[in-house]
Order: sequence, then C-alpha cells, then structure tokens
Amino acid sequence: MTDIGEHKLDQKLILELTKWEAEWSTSMGGWFPGEKVLLRKKNMFEDLRHLTWMGLLLFGVTGRTFSREQCTLFESIWRISTSFPDPRLWNNRVVALAGSTRSSSSLGLAAGIAVSESIIFGHRPLLAAFNFHIELQQNLETGTPLEEYLRRTINESRKGKPGSGRKREVAKVPGFGRPIVNKDERLAPLMEAAEGLGFGSGTYVQQAFEIERVLQKIDSERPLKMNVAALMGALCADQGLNAKEYYHYLLLCFTAGMLPCALDALEKPEGSFFPLRCENIVYEGVSRRQWKRRA
Amino acid sequence: MSNKIVTDLWKEIPEPENPFRPSQCLCAGFDVYGELVPQISWTEYVLLLFLKQQPEGFQVDLLNALAVALGNPGPRDQSVHAAMAAGAGGAGAAASLIAALAVGAGQLGGAREIAVLMEGVHQCKQDLNLWLAFLQPRPGSTAGEQANFKDVWPVSEHAPGFDPHAVATGKTATQTLDYLESCYPGFQLTWLKQNKDALENAIEKPISMAFVAASGFADLGLDEEQAEVLYLLIRLSGAAVHGLEQRWRGWREFPFYGNNLKVTNTKD
Repeated sequence: MTDIGEHKLDQKLILELTKWEAEWSTSMGGWFPGEKVLLRKKNMFEDLRHLTWMGLLLFGVTGRTFSREQCTLFESIWRISTSFPDPRLWNNRVVALAGSTRSSSSLGLAAGIAVSESIIFGHRPLLAAFNFHIELQQNLETGTPLEEYLRRTINESRKGKPGSGRKREVAKVPGFGRPIVNKDERLAPLMEAAEGLGFGSGTYVQQAFEIERVLQKIDSERPLKMNVAALMGALCADQGLNAKEYYHYLLLCFTAGMLPCALDALEKPEGSFFPLRCENIVYEGVSRRQWKRRA
Repeated sequence: MSNKIVTDLWKEIPEPENPFRPSQCLCAGFDVYGELVPQISWTEYVLLLFLKQQPEGFQVDLLNALAVALGNPGPRDQSVHAAMAAGAGGAGAAASLIAALAVGAGQLGGAREIAVLMEGVHQCKQDLNLWLAFLQPRPGSTAGEQANFKDVWPVSEHAPGFDPHAVATGKTATQTLDYLESCYPGFQLTWLKQNKDALENAIEKPISMAFVAASGFADLGLDEEQAEVLYLLIRLSGAAVHGLEQRWRGWREFPFYGNNLKVTNTKD
C-alpha cells in the first residue's frame, strides 16, 4: 500500500481497537453477580417474572412485550409447524444418530439446530418465505399486480436449484410447494389455532391465501400449494416482526421434535438406527486403480 | 427415493460373512487400507478425497504449506477463542470444535469469506477491473444497516479478502503468499502477488490471509464449496489443541472480562 498518512491511520485503528479491548458496552443487559440480572433494562426477577418462556424469548429478540394471545400464537406456530418427532427428517436424523452412537444429546441438538439452516426446509426457506411476503406487499403497494409479480418471480433465472446440485438455492416462490408431498397437513390446525386467538385474517395471512389462488390460476395442472412456511411468515409479519426478529425467533423452533428422536434412539440398542449394509453404497466412480509412487 | 447412498467417491466390498462390515474400501478406485495407508501422506489423502484423483506434486506441496499456514490461527482468533471458551468451562472435545466451526464459519476471516472470494475468483479470474467491481461494498454493509435480513448470512462490513483492522499488509500474509506462490507460480497466487498493491490502493485496506488462502484453494483446483469446507477443516487443528489446553488450565486462566462489560441502561 502507499504509505501516505499510513502511520496516522494506523494509530487511529489501534485506538479504536484499544477502546473495544477495554469495554463491551451494551444495552442488552447482563449479570450482576449475587444481585440481579438485567435484560433490556428490565430486572429479570421482578419486571419480567410474568413472562412465559416464549414471552421472554421474544422480549430478548425484539425488545417488545407481546400479549398472552400473541405468545400463544408464537408457541402454536412452533408446536404445530416444526415439532415433528420424525427421525427420518434430516435435522432430527442427526439427533437420532447422536443418540444411536451414544454421543450426548446436547451435541446432537446443537448439530440438529445447525442442520435446520437448510435449503429445502428449515431456517432458510422460512426466512425467504417471510421476506417474500414483505417484498410482495411492497410491490403491491407500488401498483404491481399480484399475478404479474408471481409470473416474474417464477420466470427468474437462478444459479442453483433447491433440491440438488452445486450452489443450491431456496425455491423461487418460497412458502409454496413442498418436497415429498404437495399437501401440507399443518395448515388447517395452524389456521384453526390462529383464528381461535383472533389472528386468522391479518393482511399477510389473507395475502398468503391470495397468492395460492393466483398460483393455481398460473399453473392449474401443477399448482404450487401453500406450505406452512408461508403461513408462519404471514402470521408473524401480521404481528409486526421484521425479518431479523423472525429469523432469531425461529432458531429453536425444531427442538421439541428433536428431543424425542434423541430419547428414542437412546432407548434402543447402540448403532441400531438404520444400519447400512455395504451393498447399499452404490458406487458410480472410477474403477479399481493403482497409486503411482511420487518420484 | 431409495434407501441407498449413491457416491462417486467410496466403494465397500463386504466381508463374506457380514454384509454390514467391509473387507475392502476403495476411495476413488484406490484401496485405502491395502494400498494407501502404507504409502501416502494425510495431505495426499485429503486431496484425493476432494479431487477424486491422485494429486500432482505441486498440489501436495501447496496444500501442505497452506495447511501449516492456516492450521492454527492462534488464541486471539475468534474461532480458536470460541474453542477455548468451551474448554474453559469444561465442555468436551466436540463442543470445542463445534464452537470453532460456528465462529470460524463467518465472514471476518472465516470460511464464508473464503467462499465469497472463491466466487470472486470464478467471476473475475485474473482481471483487476472485474475484481475491483466485485469488491465494492454491498447494500447494507455497514453495522446497524442490516434490518433487511435477506439471508441467514448477515452482510459483511468489509471487502472480502481485506483486513479491516490494519493499514499495511501483515507480514504473515506476505510470507505465506510468497511461499505458496513459489509452489505453483503462474496462476491465481501469482496474480494476487502481482496485483496486491493495486488492490490495496483501490480498497484502501491491506489484503488478509483469507485472500491468500482463497487464491491457494483456487490454484489447487477447488471450487467455492470445496474451499469453504476445507478451510473449516484445516483450521480445526489449532482450535482443537488450544481448546484442550484451556480445558486443562481451567476458567481462572482465561479472560472473563469481569470489569469490561458496561451495561448502559441499568434501571437503578
């Protein structure tokens, strides 16, 4: 690099780092040993004792408190949509495998959460579906017709496909269509829960059903049906979460389905979770060959 | 869908009496236990696994040097520090490595930065102008400007491959670049060496080890996703041993920052 003013700049950077070295200044809170715990200015043991665990989680993420009905909705979204105790599902499978190999459930769960940041399911399509609602709404507000927006989205070119290949990407219309089966059995119970709490007809929920109707019109033979990601995103957008808040609210959503998978595997003999025989590895590579010794 | 695994990397020939145990394993056609174990190095094996062919001599030399250069970023590095934090509290070996992976996966000297740089190599190759366009700040790339959370990866706040906390090229990066380039001159590492000053003057920051590493991975013939994961793997060595040492030393010999946390909006 040119050295004009370098010494002066270096000093500025070092001063900046020195400031950070000395102090982490935060308004999020902290532990005052033997005295109290503060979270966003609130005393955990006094001001926040009325909160449910979900209420506390949302307060930590957003800095806002939500009504009892809203907290029940946020819990219902997790309970109905993302708590499948099925070890065939990829994130749950990791937890079951950890149990089967007699690893710790904590390690299995940590990996299971990380694995939930997937492309065909989990955190990425959930976040994409949320953002899709927000961007669509912004486009509608500026006068773009829904059908035109959807057709344009469907026709966009992408680097990667969701299901396989290099540089995989989430589906073009996130929240619509589903791997394995097209029908989503979670929609009806989640809508029932939302309606029971008075949250069944918000702007984004209505928009989600309208998207499905227009997608049916665009391709009536193979329509992209709504999956629960679209409804989850819509319900949370209606409650005023932004994308960053929604993503952080989501991160633990699969855990209630993972723990039974861990326990189930722990109760069975070690190594018994779908053992694979050698012949079930189908080899498509080059034939047997010899290593050439380096000179 | 079937319950079979399809691969062009690995083949197992079962024992006659036990279909669940192999008597022979072939890696890209080579007999692992009969032929490779006695004669190849770990570096050669890693390259075989990634490239599915016997590596050339320069690839072995290059990866070997790269692995030493990256193998232990030292205890100030955030990923190693994460492993040590796990160790300080008494967490186990896997927890240390998971901690290092999570932190080292990021965009400040982490594996995601390598992936972005490899995307740059793919798009810009050895064209300085393309690189300068690629390195321009992206929308939302300042702290506090990230309410539009488009992806699970936050937007990085610095140009990938540059050190945001320095003004001159680090000696360790320069030494590494010089040696790696000598292992395989004429390609991406050479281009970086020749264009380092022009890049640094344009970005007004010095290149970091990440740019050197990504150029090395490109010269090894790896793609973006391969480089990202191999970078994570290589750097685990340092995290492993520092995490282990800290486990033995305990929490008292590890920074706790007892008086350094300032809660700004205390109620009382």
